[in-house]
Amino acid sequence: MILELPLLVLLVMTAAGAILVKDLVSGVFILGSYSFVLALVWALVGAVDVAFVEAVVGAGLATVFFLLTLSRTEEKDTELRRLPVPKVALIGLPLLALLMLYGAGDLPVFNDPRSPASTHLSPLYLENSVEQTRTPNVVTAILMDYRALDTLVETLVIFTAGIACALLLRNGAR
Amino acid sequence: MLDLVHEWLLRPNFIVFVTLFLWGLYIMVVHTNLVKKLIGLYILQTSVIFFLVAFSSKEGATVPVIRPDSMPVDAVEYANPLPHALTVTAIVVQVATLGVSLALVSAAYRKYRSLDENEVLQRAE
Repeated sequence: MILELPLLVLLVMTAAGAILVKDLVSGVFILGSYSFVLALVWALVGAVDVAFVEAVVGAGLATVFFLLTLSRTEEKDTELRRLPVPKVALIGLPLLALLMLYGAGDLPVFNDPRSPASTHLSPLYLENSVEQTRTPNVVTAILMDYRALDTLVETLVIFTAGIACALLLRNGAR
Repeated sequence: MLDLVHEWLLRPNFIVFVTLFLWGLYIMVVHTNLVKKLIGLYILQTSVIFFLVAFSSKEGATVPVIRPDSMPVDAVEYANPLPHALTVTAIVVQVATLGVSLALVSAAYRKYRSLDENEVLQRAE
């Protein structure tokens, strides 16, 4: 808990920076640092695989995508104006926040080893994966052995996204 | 009331999730700049993934890689691997959809020369 809390504060601060800054290009760079802080938090709670993916794909690739889009735009388009707040957002979002925080008591405590998510199914994977798959890394065992078909279909999703990007960005497209 | 605040302080991950989720949603609703909307979308998506991964942490647990000398395995020693496996997939799909939406914004900019939602709609008519 000692290292987590400052990192969580830093996470909210970098997100605030990405949202509040007036220029879109600087906002995108701060968003990259937000992704990196997120990867640090995940490495700290033991999710190293997720941290790797976030650092490479989130902080790296997403920032490159944003910058590629912004590199073709002119300066007048990337400056932001301060806008009036609509009444629906002013009333609805705090109400939604209160509703979500009201239900917080029913969620398991942070770092709780006996939370429902960690007691029913996941011990089975942890105890049996070395015997059944010969893979010490349990996340890899789940992704590539137990749920290999799901991972295959996921690559199909990424392939479709790649085709969509290529069709949208090809020369002479309307 | 004091009980409720105490319960929030025990769950800092949930406070962070609510803050980021609603702030991202707010940016998507309020701003008219399309790229700014996507920044809000990105923060919203990562907040949900952060919420899922935070459930996997256990006090005093290490990364879910089984040490060869610790058979049979005690599940309390390792973080819960199921949210990790789910979210690794989710992050990649999230960035793929982000790429498609940015390509759409780029195509709209090439045709209408603007990133502002209202101007694009005006010129599309």
